[in-house]
Amino acid sequence: MSEDINLTKTLRERRIIFLLLVLAVAIPIIFPFSLKTHSTPLTEKAFNLIESTPAGSPVIISFDYDPSTVTELQPMAIAIIEHAWRKNHRIIAMAMWPQGSQMADMAFSEVQKKFGEEKVYGVDYVNLGYKPGGMVIIQTMGRNLKTVFPKDTAMNDYDSIPLLKNIKTIKDIKYVVSLSAGDPGLRDWIMTANGKFGIPVAGGTTAVSAPGFLPYVNDQNQLSGLLGGLKAAAEYELLLGYEGTASRGMNPQSIAHLLILALIVAGNIRVWRNRKKEKMAKEVNNG
Amino acid sequence: MAELMKTIGIWLSAYFTLSIFSFLYKDNPFYKLAEQIFVGLSAAYWLVYTIYNILIPNLFNKLFTDFAHNWILLIPMALGIMMLMRMFPKLEWLSHYPMAIMVGTTAAIAMLLAFQSDFLSQIAATMVNPFKYSSPVDIVGTILLIIGTICGIYFFYFSKKQEGFYKIPSKVGIWFLMVSFGASFGYTVMARISLLIGRLDFLLRDWLHIIR
Repeated sequence: MSEDINLTKTLRERRIIFLLLVLAVAIPIIFPFSLKTHSTPLTEKAFNLIESTPAGSPVIISFDYDPSTVTELQPMAIAIIEHAWRKNHRIIAMAMWPQGSQMADMAFSEVQKKFGEEKVYGVDYVNLGYKPGGMVIIQTMGRNLKTVFPKDTAMNDYDSIPLLKNIKTIKDIKYVVSLSAGDPGLRDWIMTANGKFGIPVAGGTTAVSAPGFLPYVNDQNQLSGLLGGLKAAAEYELLLGYEGTASRGMNPQSIAHLLILALIVAGNIRVWRNRKKEKMAKEVNNG
Repeated sequence: MAELMKTIGIWLSAYFTLSIFSFLYKDNPFYKLAEQIFVGLSAAYWLVYTIYNILIPNLFNKLFTDFAHNWILLIPMALGIMMLMRMFPKLEWLSHYPMAIMVGTTAAIAMLLAFQSDFLSQIAATMVNPFKYSSPVDIVGTILLIIGTICGIYFFYFSKKQEGFYKIPSKVGIWFLMVSFGASFGYTVMARISLLIGRLDFLLRDWLHIIR
């Protein structure tokens, strides 16, 4: 009987917590206010890699994610494309996840709104589409890019695309940015593009997988910068000087985190009080 | 027409979002239906995607248009068919061969690359002189990196009983591991809240037009 009461109480408490979380996220979205975000060294490192690469350089952005992680990774994609285009880099988009290619199209069309007709498909950017195989594919790209991607997503032949004219292998690429939601993804690029071919690699990942990649940002420059989650995307937008979807997401994110912190503190106080009560009851029983 | 399809898409998306969220109250038919549709759609999507975007362009097109230069593709094709034999109990043994080839090649390729990036480079990254930096934050950070790496590895050294003096680095290692678990938890919370933000932003902006 008492177990049933406890279960009902727990369920009720859970529902209250869910409701509070929804409110903590929804209210700041409806009534936004300006909480400041500051950039961190990990994001600045990725920013500096793109910033310091000469104009006209061919670069790869690999869209290794699908719609399930679009909230975190799409703002990064948009910010990185915008930065690369500001520096006049020529972007080769590809994907190791099937829907990554559509994610690339969506991101390009979003950034295109700012640049208008200045950026031309085939000259300033190209979408080579999805290829399965993970690190094997990257290794093959080290021998011949054309054999991996004989056509782009618009079915144009590799040789007919002006951007790809002088690009034979991945060694002709100045840097790689992998926006990665899991496997295959950033880890394959670190191991193969950086480990085997020595190409600078920066990454954008979901917050869940970010801690696993932190050890690669080291003295060996295995990873030249890491964007972890929505916060890092907001930092990148800040460095570029505009407020995008990631920056707008920082208000609800901060309020929700404060709520979770408060709940953790409240939960711990409750556990501590219950233990104290049990201890006192034991002492009374023992006389 | 395009506008109508977009509207239908938004309403369907909102319906399924709310159906999935309804599980937070309790299990119910709306949640179950949304879950089953998601599983079915994903399986169908993958099947169609694999046929049209992997098998046709990479195998069948090449074999039918230029067999002389691509006959070698018959080998992976045969291995692929052998893999499908798992569905027939009597021929199931045939699938062991492609599976063995896959496991062997994947392990070999991954081992070579992982040895370089996850072993040699990671060790080299820990062999840093902390005093080469000018900022005190970097110096302390690098010292902590070295201590954390050594103590963390020592925690998993089981050939010596960890007592007395030998217990100290192990204890320090546990503290570093706890900090890393805490950081991982923090990142996970951030990720889950980001997903909630994405969904609520969709509901409030695209569906209800409460925000613009």
